[in-house]
Amino acid sequence: MRGAQVIDVQTGSFMSESVNALLDFENVGMTFPDGTKALQNISFSVNAGEFVTVVGPSGCGKSTLLRIASHLEQNTSGNCRVDRDSIGYVFQDATLMPWRTIRRNVELIAELHKLPKEERRERAQAAIDLVGLNGFEDKYPRQLSGGMKMRASLARSLVMQPKVFLFDEPFGALDEITRERLNDELLSLFQHEGFAGLFITHSIAEAVYMSTKVLVMSARPGEIIASFDVPFSYPRSHDLRYEPEFAELCGHISHALRGAHQ
Amino acid sequence: MSNSENTAISHELVHEKKDRISLSDYIGPAIVFVLFIGVWYLLSKVILPQQKRFLLPTPDKVLTDGFFVWRTGERRGLQPILLSLWSSAKVALIGLAITIVVGMGLAVLMSSRRWLERATWPYLVAIQSAPILALTPLIRALVEGTQTQRLLVVVLIAIFPIVSNTLFGLLSAEKSQHELFTLQRASRWTRLVKLQFPAALPNIFVGLRISAGLAVIGAVVGDFYFRQGGVVGIGAQIDVYRSRLWGAELITAIILASALGLVVFLLFGLLSKAAIGKWHITNRGH
Repeated sequence: MRGAQVIDVQTGSFMSESVNALLDFENVGMTFPDGTKALQNISFSVNAGEFVTVVGPSGCGKSTLLRIASHLEQNTSGNCRVDRDSIGYVFQDATLMPWRTIRRNVELIAELHKLPKEERRERAQAAIDLVGLNGFEDKYPRQLSGGMKMRASLARSLVMQPKVFLFDEPFGALDEITRERLNDELLSLFQHEGFAGLFITHSIAEAVYMSTKVLVMSARPGEIIASFDVPFSYPRSHDLRYEPEFAELCGHISHALRGAHQ
Repeated sequence: MSNSENTAISHELVHEKKDRISLSDYIGPAIVFVLFIGVWYLLSKVILPQQKRFLLPTPDKVLTDGFFVWRTGERRGLQPILLSLWSSAKVALIGLAITIVVGMGLAVLMSSRRWLERATWPYLVAIQSAPILALTPLIRALVEGTQTQRLLVVVLIAIFPIVSNTLFGLLSAEKSQHELFTLQRASRWTRLVKLQFPAALPNIFVGLRISAGLAVIGAVVGDFYFRQGGVVGIGAQIDVYRSRLWGAELITAIILASALGLVVFLLFGLLSKAAIGKWHITNRGH
């Protein structure tokens, strides 16, 4: 199996090579107060310049993984190490404030960090330019399409230049063309900024196209049952999706996922 | 990103139909107004028995005897009605200001602690449904000065919609919006000012419009029970006209009191549009 590395489920350990990783899960488990076991034995790490994507069946705890990484939720066992102040989080929906213009929405996180007005205006403009929303600064969210709102949401996270970027199925609600375009834009941001990315998606093709590594999770309680290194170099072009190697890797992941559903 | 790409996404802008005022927007109200006057004539000329027609003078009689008479004697005519209307309007507006401050403060407290919300609700509902008539002796015994007593009546009658709508609005921000603030470790105050309060504005304005109308009612009701020397409120004036069977003056006073309520209602409508019209849309469904 090319580029694949299956984790030993029995010992439940897949120790990361680097202790200096920006994001590090070490035997993380999560049991909700009602007794539901959401996650167990989660161990992996993400370094700067790595883009790791997690795929798995619905309800397997993928989102919980991000919520633990961002301290929105506290894991009940194991360790999750990350610098809380260098996290960017992109939600499933754009989560814009409808009463703020796009510019003021993009400024929001900088505002919460009490950056001086001039600096946050400057940074926001840079982020707006980066995601291609220039010209729309004074529009309100309701005037924008779903894809543009997602761009604004990305820009808002970019303003603080996070070292760790967490994406919770950000493009799941978009049509395929918009989604692929945003995939490319996010990848160019990734190359440009060199953050450590942790991405959640349902789409295998999206996972392979974006990532340096794809992790497959099992149904609840969520466990990492397979890990695939993606060998393609960046920048990746749209045509990569139609290469035989791409399809082959997708096939392997799909196979592992089918196992996860059982 | 290049400019060409930028123009490529501009088609993604959502275009909205402007809600333009057309001729039909004037025809509708005009028809309803004509119907209203027609029903009025019908009531006072046909439906009411002959000996009871003094209760509802015809619209033209209200105009000539009520609106077009400046002043006769101490109480009859437009001038004394306007003076008492002004007296009531002051009570309504000051009372409304107090209601807004107290009501919104209460809603903020209730939104911050669940037990506080649960503990407070029953009393608010009780105030809302308690007959003011039954409370008047208590109010008179506890509070001194007719002005204060009238203000208290206004607050009691008008406070419920402000509290309930503000509270509903403060709790209406989405979970992910809250999480965005949690991720930045925002303080409770920041969350209130930058998330909950702006999210609540559409609801707050709904509450304001209802409370503003109720404040006028409260002022009129307060006039009934708490009178003072000198210029009396419009409620007291209405009571005098009623007891002396001065129909034209009675209807004039009622129309002007309603007009005050309407003006306040419209004023808050405009204020709402100016404050949130840019981002908050109402959908009629067609």
